[in-house]
Amino acid sequence: MTTDATPDAGAPPFVTEGYKPPKATHKARVLPGFRLSLGITLTYLSLIVLIPLAALLARPWEHGLDGVWQAVSDPRVVASLKLTFGTAFAAAVVNLFAGLVVAWVLTRYEFPGKSLLDALVDLPFALPTAVAGVSLCSMYAANGWIGSLFAPLGIKIAYTPLGIFVALIFVGLPFIVRSVQPVLAEFDAEVEEAAQTLGASPMQTAVRVILPSLLPALLTGFSLAFARAVGEYGSVIFIAGNMPFVSEITPLLIVIKLEEFDYAGAAAVAVAMLALSFLSLLVINGVQLLLSKRGRA
Amino acid sequence: MSLVVNNITKCFSDFAALNDVSFQAEPGEFLALLGPSGSGKTTLLRLLAGLDQPDTGTVEFDGADYLKLSARDRRIGMVFQSYALFRHMTVAQNIAFGLNVRPAKDRPSKAEIAATVQRLLKLIQLEDLGKRYPSQLSGGQRQRVALARALAISPRILLLDEPFGALDALVRKDLRRWLRKIHDETGVTTIFVTHDQEEALDLADRVVVLKDGKIEQIGKPLELYRHPQSAFVFEFLGTSNEVPATVTDGVASFDGFTAPAVSPKALSGAQTVRFRPFDAQLSPTGPGFEAKVLSLLPAGSSLRLELQTPDGKVFETQHAHESEASDLKLGDTVFVRPSKVYVF
Repeated sequence: MTTDATPDAGAPPFVTEGYKPPKATHKARVLPGFRLSLGITLTYLSLIVLIPLAALLARPWEHGLDGVWQAVSDPRVVASLKLTFGTAFAAAVVNLFAGLVVAWVLTRYEFPGKSLLDALVDLPFALPTAVAGVSLCSMYAANGWIGSLFAPLGIKIAYTPLGIFVALIFVGLPFIVRSVQPVLAEFDAEVEEAAQTLGASPMQTAVRVILPSLLPALLTGFSLAFARAVGEYGSVIFIAGNMPFVSEITPLLIVIKLEEFDYAGAAAVAVAMLALSFLSLLVINGVQLLLSKRGRA
Repeated sequence: MSLVVNNITKCFSDFAALNDVSFQAEPGEFLALLGPSGSGKTTLLRLLAGLDQPDTGTVEFDGADYLKLSARDRRIGMVFQSYALFRHMTVAQNIAFGLNVRPAKDRPSKAEIAATVQRLLKLIQLEDLGKRYPSQLSGGQRQRVALARALAISPRILLLDEPFGALDALVRKDLRRWLRKIHDETGVTTIFVTHDQEEALDLADRVVVLKDGKIEQIGKPLELYRHPQSAFVFEFLGTSNEVPATVTDGVASFDGFTAPAVSPKALSGAQTVRFRPFDAQLSPTGPGFEAKVLSLLPAGSSLRLELQTPDGKVFETQHAHESEASDLKLGDTVFVRPSKVYVF
């Protein structure tokens, strides 16, 4: 038996290079309480998210599939959906760049008033959106501080889709900054120095070394800002002007339908929005998964 | 093509990390910067790489003033302690980075870069892993990739910061031999930082011993070992035992016996002398320092004893397995006689 060439199945294999110890699974974790915490999680998510959304899904069918289709394919609804998702996307894209710069400045440099600036970033989170909407509106109206600068150029901001875009940029900014900031702060200085010793210019280091490692965080911030912008109501309705087919966002349209006691129609539009949002987030998450696979695996 | 470092001083706030440091590295030399943590060795390495600037002093390479050049332009390959690989790039992309970022007129063609990467992958024995990401590699493999990346730019000097620090003992020994081989093949002047005296003595052509930001001694490994210039160097390079003695003309006199005394200076009178574990003889009777056997352990090819004198001092001695020392038992009383001592 002892001369048997096949090694004992129970013996640990010879450790080769590249061997990694198995990752801890939830079974291997020490602290108990999986069932209890999962129970709480499921109950909570059901009460807060799942059941209301399920109720929403159940609501629009009283006039049948036809009724739903009619409600959703109404040109006014389609126009509002295009506007809502289009401006949300555009605002998130702008914030992607602006937020990156803000996060960069706040983590990379020391200057007086830095912590004040840092606190400022969170204001769009904290302010009641209606207050933001009113103040944005007065600033960007043709006779407002900023609006009056653009008015001579023939550019109207308030009461146009451009105004919606501005409001959505306002509410979305903190998401990008706060997603990117910690990653940027944690970035290993030695990696940057390595790029430098290898002959990379500051620009090359930023674009080829730092930026790629920020991509997952940027994408997270992007999807958060986008999702928030799609659902934004308070700050938009004041500045939008709410003209049907031009500057009417879908959330407002839903409210209008509700006020007309068209509950089924409102629910139908809401379901369409839900589906589109879900699809968008799915795509973004897919890209993110692809990215993170590249980095670690 | 030699590197000349002169009178380098570097202070961090009011703490002098480097104090008047001067040394030279000859072309193709393999130099170790050895010292305990806080001795300034990593600071020195960073100054050479251009990642920090000294307060005073000069760094010249082949006659050119290197302090005027940025890290980018020095063409010094640096291997960081944490390897600092680019996580989002494959092994091959990591290695090619230094060539890809060159301005278009100096950049080799794509085919040339690919060939260089292939050659380096072969050199580091990771030919099949070019498409892997750093996170999919073991520590030793990452270390090798970091080295290949530094070598890709055909560096004038290669700097390594604690190259084996984060690896386990087996891999470390392997990599050490391999690094020496790479150095001999490429012939690039290499300076590495370590706190491990065994590593420094085993690998380097010459060793620069640093303490508190100052150079204690520079020399070939054997030279350092045989003729240490200070008590610090003596103690840092191995176990040391201290005893009082009277020194006259290169002879240390103890109570009833004498031993030859090695010293960098002519010293005489009452001195503290030091001896190595293997420069000690044991006998069942005096003269010598009386001590009890505290422990008796095998240390590779020899036997290591810990002996305690009545006044509580502990000696460490080493003997052949076949010597009389192996007959000793714990608690036995013996007499320790240094056969060669060092005085500073």
